[in-house]
Amino acid sequence: MFHREAGIYKTSYAADMALYPLPVARWAVAGFAVLFLGVLPLAVHEYYLTIVNLISIAIVGALGLNILVGYTGQISIGHAAFMSVGAYTAANLAVRLDLPFWITLPAGGLMAAAIGTLVGIPSLRIKGLYLAIATLAAQLIIEWTINHVEWISGGVQASIEVPRPELFGYVIKSQTQLYFFLMFFVVLAIIATQNLIRSRIGRAFIAIRDQDIAAEIIGINIFRYKLYAFAISSFYAGVTGVLYTYFLGIANYEQFQIVVSIDYLAMIIIGGLGSILGSIFGAIFVTLLPIVLRLVMEDFGSLIFSEADLRNIIPNLRLIVFGALIIFFLIVEPEGLNRLWRNIRSYFRVWPFSY
Amino acid sequence: MTRPSGAVAGEGVVQLAVENVGKSFGGVRAVEDVSCVAEKGKVLSIIGPNGAGKTSLLNMISGFYKPDHGRITLDGRDITSYAPNRVAALGIARTFQNIALFRGMTVLDNLMLGRHVRMRYGVLSAFLYWGRAQREEVEHRERVEDIIEFLKLQDLRKQPTGALAYGLQKRVELGRALALDPQVLLLDEPMGGMNQEEKEDMARYILDVSEERGTTIILIEHDMGVVMDISDRVVVLDRGRRIAEGTPDEVQRDPEVIKAYLGAQKAA
Repeated sequence: MFHREAGIYKTSYAADMALYPLPVARWAVAGFAVLFLGVLPLAVHEYYLTIVNLISIAIVGALGLNILVGYTGQISIGHAAFMSVGAYTAANLAVRLDLPFWITLPAGGLMAAAIGTLVGIPSLRIKGLYLAIATLAAQLIIEWTINHVEWISGGVQASIEVPRPELFGYVIKSQTQLYFFLMFFVVLAIIATQNLIRSRIGRAFIAIRDQDIAAEIIGINIFRYKLYAFAISSFYAGVTGVLYTYFLGIANYEQFQIVVSIDYLAMIIIGGLGSILGSIFGAIFVTLLPIVLRLVMEDFGSLIFSEADLRNIIPNLRLIVFGALIIFFLIVEPEGLNRLWRNIRSYFRVWPFSY
Repeated sequence: MTRPSGAVAGEGVVQLAVENVGKSFGGVRAVEDVSCVAEKGKVLSIIGPNGAGKTSLLNMISGFYKPDHGRITLDGRDITSYAPNRVAALGIARTFQNIALFRGMTVLDNLMLGRHVRMRYGVLSAFLYWGRAQREEVEHRERVEDIIEFLKLQDLRKQPTGALAYGLQKRVELGRALALDPQVLLLDEPMGGMNQEEKEDMARYILDVSEERGTTIILIEHDMGVVMDISDRVVVLDRGRRIAEGTPDEVQRDPEVIKAYLGAQKAA
């Protein structure tokens, strides 16, 4: 119905290895480009654009975490801390040295990558649960350090106000402007990740995840590639932190506490481990969930609960639904939303002749 | 090149030499003072009853175990203490007794992974996937397609390997090892669990590799018919010790070997 693969012949290996080998996929990408660059920012109210912007930021972070967890099979509960490293690096550079965002952004990413690599060093010796604890420790140490070292956190309440990002004298301040600003990095992150995964580096990551002994026997230096994964993943996290800081106009450690690490893990589990589309689905889902829940409860909650109860229930409901969803996905669909999407797609691939 | 003491072989050029190598696990001596040489372009088989130390010996060659004593050399270069990835980079490829493929990946990706050490581009070019990275990918894809054709895997290219039949998985694993362009190929029971026809195919592939590519092959196999047919030399291990070494004919007549395989009373 939507597309047929029959009759599409590839005549070179380069064509076979293209990111979007099918015409339908290229059309879909073009369609999304028009939607996101033209229609959406014009047609949608500013409040909703704020939500889209939050989703954009989350997509970058989820992609990064998925490289580490989903593709390389390592785990990190310290990702929010890496984000805070990026955020505070950028904020300090922007405020003290008056540097523009196109320097603070990569600088924040690189600093996070450096710290992330350091945290990744134990991954040579320890796996799974133990690595999780090591990264958890990193989260707590970094959180504490940022909170208590005034030189980093700027003292009062550990927050630093950052100037609005500026490009060629053009200040990005409205949500619409931020939308385009963030969208640029989302597209960049998606394409970069797709490229990485289909390269020899990405294949080595997957090899380490699937069979580390076999990976070694074909000559992959496991330790080096695990560190690559940590570095790249924390670079994404750092960039996410910087983007979030520019979005809020303030670097604040409370935005990067352990709950955020868990939110990001939830994104990639719900969206689909080891999948780029899954990272995007997960970021959308996890960002929207609390907002939708709040709207629903505000509109219909009073039918069941009293006003006073409602105020207590809404924030907790989010946690409850979250926990339940993670368990649901782990049991029923470990491959996440991405799997559901693939099922739909493969159904229509042969539709209406299913057999 | 000087021959290691205790190792006996034909007249060829020594490619890989194992010299007085030993390894114990706890109190168990898995391999005791074993020496052997693999000659360039020849097929060396290692046989012996279960627990004789064959796989342990391969694990030492490929760097998973570090021998307690003795040394292993490739073209005269001491590789005894090399990590597995360095051994692979030097051109020693290997397959496993119980298949170690990347089950979620396609046949093609498994073979491309086999070429990992032959590819050079780094992380930054990977992000761009332009110019150098793409050129290298295409170039190596061509080499991989040669192997796909050689092993007749064309129609399975984009199948996940986990879904393939057992015999085919063994073949893909051979392909992944070949993708490394190995000088030495270590095969740990490549025909284990295969039916007669599959065994014949695999034997043909192994001989072709040896003849067309001149690859040195070290083979562990239980099927004596196959071993005697395709080997140039045979080393027999029993309880960690080398009990015989020679051409297939010599080994078959060796009383020690008959004793190890058939039990003491028959040999007596």
